[in-house]
Parts: sequence; structure tokens; C-alpha cells
Amino acid sequence: MATLKIRNLRKGFDTIEIIKGIDLDIHDREFVVFVGPSGCGKSTLLRLIAGLEDVTSGTLELDGRDITEISPAKRDLAMVFQTYALYPHMTVRKNMSFALDLAGIAKREVDRKVEEAARILELGHLLDRKPRQLSGGQRQRVAIGRAIVRHPKIFLFDEPLSNLDAALRVQMRLELARLHQELKATMIYVTHDQVEAMTLATKVVVLNAGRIEQIGSPLELYHQPANLFVAGFLGTPKMGFLKARVVQTSSTATDIELAAGPRLRLPFEGSQLAVGSEVTLGIRPEHLVIDPNGQLPVTTDVTERLGSDTYCHMVTASDEPLTVRVPGDFAAAYGESLKLALDISHCHLFDTRGYAVSRVLQQAA
Amino acid sequence: MMTLKQSRRLQSVLLGTLAWAIALLLFFPIFWMLLTSFKTEIDAFATPPQFIFTPTLENYLHIQERSDYFKFAWNSVTISFGATIIGLLLAVPAAYSMAFFETRLTKQTLLWMLSTKMLPAVGVLMPIYLMAKSLGLLDTRLGLIIIYTLINLPIMVWMVYTYFKDIPKDILEAARLDGATTLQEIVRVLLPISKGGLASTALLSLILCWNEAFWSLNLTSSNAAPLTALIASYSSPEGLFWAKLSAVSTLACAPILLFGWISQKQLVRGLSFGAVK
Ligand SMILES: Nc1ncnc2c1ncn2[C@@H]1O[C@H](COP(=O)(O)OP(=O)(O)OP(=O)(O)O)[C@@H](O)[C@H]1O
Ligand SMILES: [Mg+2]
Repeated sequence: MATLKIRNLRKGFDTIEIIKGIDLDIHDREFVVFVGPSGCGKSTLLRLIAGLEDVTSGTLELDGRDITEISPAKRDLAMVFQTYALYPHMTVRKNMSFALDLAGIAKREVDRKVEEAARILELGHLLDRKPRQLSGGQRQRVAIGRAIVRHPKIFLFDEPLSNLDAALRVQMRLELARLHQELKATMIYVTHDQVEAMTLATKVVVLNAGRIEQIGSPLELYHQPANLFVAGFLGTPKMGFLKARVVQTSSTATDIELAAGPRLRLPFEGSQLAVGSEVTLGIRPEHLVIDPNGQLPVTTDVTERLGSDTYCHMVTASDEPLTVRVPGDFAAAYGESLKLALDISHCHLFDTRGYAVSRVLQQAA
Repeated sequence: MMTLKQSRRLQSVLLGTLAWAIALLLFFPIFWMLLTSFKTEIDAFATPPQFIFTPTLENYLHIQERSDYFKFAWNSVTISFGATIIGLLLAVPAAYSMAFFETRLTKQTLLWMLSTKMLPAVGVLMPIYLMAKSLGLLDTRLGLIIIYTLINLPIMVWMVYTYFKDIPKDILEAARLDGATTLQEIVRVLLPISKGGLASTALLSLILCWNEAFWSLNLTSSNAAPLTALIASYSSPEGLFWAKLSAVSTLACAPILLFGWISQKQLVRGLSFGAVK
């Protein structure tokens, strides 16, 4: 069992506030991913949880116990660092058994736990090596092994895969997901890689400039972003944004006029929107279709071929960029004029302040 | 025309020759001291200087007759090692907090500590002499140990700090999360990682203590006098005796040179900063 309650947590360095009031509940066996742009305070938040930084105000509660002022050594958390942070003077075996030795656990028990972790991570043949004799991927495994042997209440990971090459990163990502299942563990994972966030998390926390923008399952965030930041942050290629003005509203529909020209009637709750106010229409690349009868005239820019798919970058009449996902064998010439059809049922609408406007619930036919 | 390879070779030969020349120039006084210590006083004075002579051990015998070399040597050993051990015991915690818990004052503190080394020692001779006297520390080994520790502490803290700075903070944080107390973190993780740096710091402190002559001459007379005081006693009263002075100097230098030579490997590794990665 491990549940962590974070209440109004703040952290400042000198006079600059970096973490600006975080409230978050982490439940047993969740895989929580903190994601956000560089410098938004992900690592700082993780280090506050670990106890490596002192909080400025707010509380941390682990399984009902206030741990805000407790030293990291007594929190029963394990952390895997971006740099792995192995003890260079100890063998792999010693690295993994260090915490258990400190805790005064009997040698036979320690050996058993180390062997077990080594088996899970396929480190058996490396146990007597020093860290400098290992490859990056192997070091990463040892760092994870060092956390596993302890059976901590919560595993903390700070961008553990960012020093690995692309292929190894994919493999380790799968292994981490498997570990989470096998160990039935609670994990908190920091990354700025949204693919890692989407694939690993049971719960994603999107951070921006020291605040939580949105919390939810990966698909919730993908399909119902609460604001422009989350909408633009998750998804590759990024969601396209088109500037628009509200022309008419009702409780069941909102009519907007795009800066790029056409008028659209959208199934969004219009009662909160003022006629004439600036709004933003968001649409993902997979919800645009090249169609001679489409509403939106565009000019093609460059195309990126990935084999399975092709990303066509387009520019609207109002000079706004849009990306369209089309089949891999699609060919479009640079500078060609085309028309796009928007999938209205998958559009997003954001008000002047950038908050999502709620969609009108689909009426039963 | 020279090929690139030839000109590289020429360059390395020239550089090698230059290095040897400088090394010989620096080594010559020591060599001459060694040579002179085996001459009679007459040979030692001869002009032009003699390279070929009949060696004699009479200087060394004379020294052992007149003064107890081993007593002085033992004083040097205990004072140097005492000051070095205490210095390390103080420098390690100080450098640990400065390197891993830096505050806005850390850099200033380091600079201030080093700036105390810029004063001429003779400037504080009086107060220190009087303090040592009233504490009953004149001509005691403890007195010199305290003085040497304080003299070398700034350099030792600075050196240890530099080594600690090279150690990724993550490693210590990992130990902290693994349940290590501060003491365990230092003893079981930090010290083993930085042992090369600590060894060279210790060696430097030993050498500085061994060769120190100002305070040892002024604060000791017979009981706690180290080898530097023994040398000085041969240069004064009844005129200069070059051969005996050379012999006593050789005896004073030999242990530390030998020690330095044996630990040279360790020292070179420690001095090339950034050895831990
Ligand atoms: N010890 C510190 N002293 C002062 N400022 C700090 C300190 N640690 C972090 N910061 C600042 O806090 C902010 C957030 O840093 P943090 O390392 O948490 O970002 P991050 O989200 O992990 O970014 P990245 O993805 O680049 O790792 C940064 O602006 C950083 O400059
Ligand atoms: Mg970070």
C-alpha cells in the first residue's frame, strides 16, 4: 500500500518561486507521469517528494504519515536518477545491496533479494563488475535494480531513459511497464518525452511553470485537453490551431468565422461565449482530410514521409500552419492549392483565455 | 623538405631535451648537497669545485655523535603526521558542507580562508609566541601540531573541496535515499570515491609540515625540535661547515623525498583533477 497526498506544495529558490502550489493525490499502484516543458519544475517536484529539497510551504503525506520534515533516508522511497548515480567504487552486487546492508538485513536475505532483482533485470552475469565496466543500458538496469531490491513504498524516476539511444529507450520503456505490472508498485516518473508519458502512465500530470495544467489518464488528456497548453503539448505532430471569432451562439451550437475564411457551425455549448470574442479552433492531424469538397482552402508546404504515414504541412489563407496525416503513399507537390475537410465531431474549441469550451453532449438518435 | 612526421619527431626531441635540461638544473643543488656530504671539509671548500674525490662518512658519524638524529626525525614524523591527520579530520567535513550544501557565502569563505595565507608569518610571531608560552606549548610537539594544522588548513580545505566538487551530487543523494546517515554517506561513499584526492592532500600537508622552518625554529628549542631545527643548528655558531651542513640536510631531506617518491604514483593521479568520473 502506498498513497501520497500532496497539499498546496510550494518551493522557492532564493526569491524565485519554482513550484507554485501543487495539490495531487497519488494512489496505490498508480504509474504517475509528470510531464511538461524543460524548466517547468518536474525534477524539483520529484526531489521535494524524495526529500532531497526542503519544501517552502505545504505538506506531503505518505500513507497517512506527514513526511514533510522527514529525512530522505527515512521516507522509504527509491529513486532512479537520470545520471544513474551508481556508486563507482562498488560492484554491481554491492550497489544493489547497499541499502539492505545499511538497514541491517541478514546477509542470506540480502543475497536472495539481489539475486532475484538480477534475474528480473538479467544482470546475473554482471554482478561482480564495477559500474565503469558496464554499458549505458546495463548501468540503467543496475540503477533500477538498486531500487527494486528495497521494495520501496514508491519508486521515483527522473528521466531515466534520456541518456539511452532510441532503440534501447523503446526496449527499456516496455520493461518499465512490465516491471510496474509485476511488482504491483507505485511509481512516479518524470519525463519531457510525451511518448513515454502516453505509453507508461496510468495518470498523467501536465506541469507548466510550476503549476498543474491538467491531471488525467493519457487518453483523457489526448481527447479532452482542458486548455490550449495541454492540447498543444500532447500529440505528435501537434494539434493545429486556427484563430476564429464567435458570430452566433446557442446552447446547442456555436457558429464561428475562421480568420482563414470559412464559417463553421460547431456542436459546442455557446452560452458562455460572447458574440464577437476571439476563440481558437483546435484540430489534430488525423482529423483533417484532403477533400476537393472541403471547407478550408490551404497551400501545401513541405511533406514528411514516415513510411506508414505522411505528414503534410499546410498553410491556410491566414498564414496559420496546419498538419494533416495522410497515408504513406500520398504525394503532394510543394505550393499546391488544396482543400481540407474538418472532422467537426473531433474539433476542440478554446475561449479567449485558452480554456476548453465544453462540447454539447451527443443526443441519442 | 621535412615530412609532417619528421617535424613532429624533431619537436618532441627538442621538447624532451629542454625538459631534461630544466630538470637537471632544478636537481643540481640537491645533487651537489649529496656530493658535498661525502667530502671532507677541505674538499668541500676547494676551488674549482671537485667532482672527483675520496668519499668519506666522517660527516655523518660526526652528526650522530653531536646530536641525536633519530630524536629530531621522530619529532618531524609525529608533528607532520599529527598535523596532517587532524587537518584532514577538520578539512573533510568543512569541504563536504561547502561542496554539497553551497550557500551564498561559500565562495567568500573559501577566498577568505585562502587570504589568511597571504599574511607574512613573521607578522604574527609575537602574539603566537606569547600565546604558546602562556598555554605552556612552547617547545612541545602539540604546539607545533596545532600551528601546522592551522597553517595548512586553508589549503587542505580548498584542495579537498575541489575534489569533492568533481563528484556528482547524485551519488550522495542516492546514498541518502538508500538510507545512509550523513556519517555513513561520507565514510562509505564519499571518502572511498575521493581517496586519490585525499591522499594527495595528505601528502602535500606532510611535505609542507616536514619542510616548515619558521615556526619550528621560533617555537622549539630542544625537546620538540624537528629536523629543520637540526639543520639550522649546523649553520650558525662556529662558522660554516659545508660538508657537515650538507650531510645533515641530506639526512633531513631523505625521508620525505623517499616517501614522496614512493607515493608519487598516487600523487600524480590525485593531482590530475577530475580523476573520479
Ligand atoms: N538548486 C536550485 N537553485 C536555484 N534554482 C533552481 C535550482 N534547481 C532548479 N532550479 C530552477 O528551477 C526551475 C525548474 O527546474 P527543474 O530542474 O525542476 O526543471 P525540469 O522541469 O526538471 O526541467 P528539465 O526537463 O530540463 O529537467 C528551473 O528554472 C531551474 O533553473
Ligand atoms: Mg529535470
